[in-house]
Amino acid sequence: MSNGRDENFIIGGIRRMGASFLFLFKLLGQCAPAFGRPSLIIAQIYNAGGRSLIIIMLCGLFVGMVLGLQGFQLLQRFGSEEALGSAAALGLLKELGPVVTALLFAGRAGTALTSEIGLMRATDQLTAMEIMSVDPLRYVAAPRFLGGVIAMPLLTAIFNLVGLFGAQLIGVELMHVDQGAFWSQLQAAVDLRSVNEGFVKSVVFGITCSLIAVHEGYNSAPTAAGVGLATTRTVVASSVMTLLLDYVITAFFL
Amino acid sequence: MRDVHYVVDGRAIFSGLNIRARRGRITAVMGPSGTGKTTLLRLITAQVAASSGTVSVLGKDLGQADKDEIYGLRKRMGMLFQNGALLTDLSVFENVAFPVRENTDLPEPLLRRLVLSKLQSVGLRGAAQLMPTELSGGMARRVALARAIVMDPEILIYDEPFVGLDPISMGVILRLIKQMNVALGITSVVVSHDVQELATIADDSYLLSGGKVVANGSPQELAASNLEVVHQFMSGEDDGPVAFHYPAPDYFEQLLTGEEP
Repeated sequence: MSNGRDENFIIGGIRRMGASFLFLFKLLGQCAPAFGRPSLIIAQIYNAGGRSLIIIMLCGLFVGMVLGLQGFQLLQRFGSEEALGSAAALGLLKELGPVVTALLFAGRAGTALTSEIGLMRATDQLTAMEIMSVDPLRYVAAPRFLGGVIAMPLLTAIFNLVGLFGAQLIGVELMHVDQGAFWSQLQAAVDLRSVNEGFVKSVVFGITCSLIAVHEGYNSAPTAAGVGLATTRTVVASSVMTLLLDYVITAFFL
Repeated sequence: MRDVHYVVDGRAIFSGLNIRARRGRITAVMGPSGTGKTTLLRLITAQVAASSGTVSVLGKDLGQADKDEIYGLRKRMGMLFQNGALLTDLSVFENVAFPVRENTDLPEPLLRRLVLSKLQSVGLRGAAQLMPTELSGGMARRVALARAIVMDPEILIYDEPFVGLDPISMGVILRLIKQMNVALGITSVVVSHDVQELATIADDSYLLSGGKVVANGSPQELAASNLEVVHQFMSGEDDGPVAFHYPAPDYFEQLLTGEEP
């Protein structure tokens, strides 16, 4: 059954998606000039990436440890616990690494971006820049977008690395899977295609999550409630789009 | 501004507005809250376009100007925002240096001297390394003023410069506005509803109400006006042509019938 509210929700969602795309084109036009100011981009890579490091590493470790435990339980039934290395590596590289990193990124860096830009809007800072002949798209939005896009694959790589360490910790150290078998199986199973799949995902998620965060902040209503709402939307939209695109890319790589 | 109409969502904010800010003078635009004073500034700075009529700044019709021309014009304008609108992640020094850094290639030693001289003129050279969060409201507005004049603009626009200031800060801002105008010959447009303060510095005044200019002239002429709305505004009476009550159904009827508010 559909009522006005549902239609508004759907039409509003589609409208926002269209606005995001238009915003993306405007943003891309400002990215080249933004590269002329590498210091701004580096500061944002630190903001989005460096400050997310601890949470990414911590979560990566636990995800890897859970993979180690679950994988061991399952593989033990078939007497093939040596395959734990390859199972954990493929799971992390292709799926869990990019997806969980993107979800954490949306919650940690995305919300920070949205609320920061939203508050700049609410306190007239963006307008003041325009009056000073400085395009806020170039000075504020583009470096934050690029910072997020560059940070995401790096964070994903670190997540994967720490995750593998966690799986190894459980599998080899705790469950006594043979260390040689663990690593050699891993090496045999992981090919360039799997790595590429994870990399493509992390780049696409980086673009999506950063775009949503910057767009929502840039266009938030200049009030306390408006910034709050924009921040919520960032998390919801980023999470949904991440999982949706994950399916699409996975299907594409099959 | 000639015969400017501005309509938002079917609601007319301005209908036939005529305002002329003369070169090298201080023009005050006054009016009760909600008459679109801030919208007026958005029109002058080309943040919004007039629905009809012409807005000309420094001889250029904003309706005909493209984005580059507007950005070029804005380099010749300075604006002081109501809340200062300082960039919160930059220090006081960097805030004042910001428009220069972004718009020119001035060498660092020259830039430093320029910024320090502007900070000196608002009395905050000693606060150069503070962050905006460490400033009081009055100080923030003075830093914003230093930033507004750092590019040596020909026009300075003030949005409610006196709101929320203590008497000392208010006096400082008043003196600075006058000083900028006299010493640097900057054309100034001050939008405010502080009648007494404006009267001491303005050369010309316009009073807006209902989307139109209802009176103009020197502050003294406005004070002597016998137009009802001008009288109400200048002497601060709570009821008159600008009604105290927002339109509502009959008071007793609403209380007795229990109608939804």
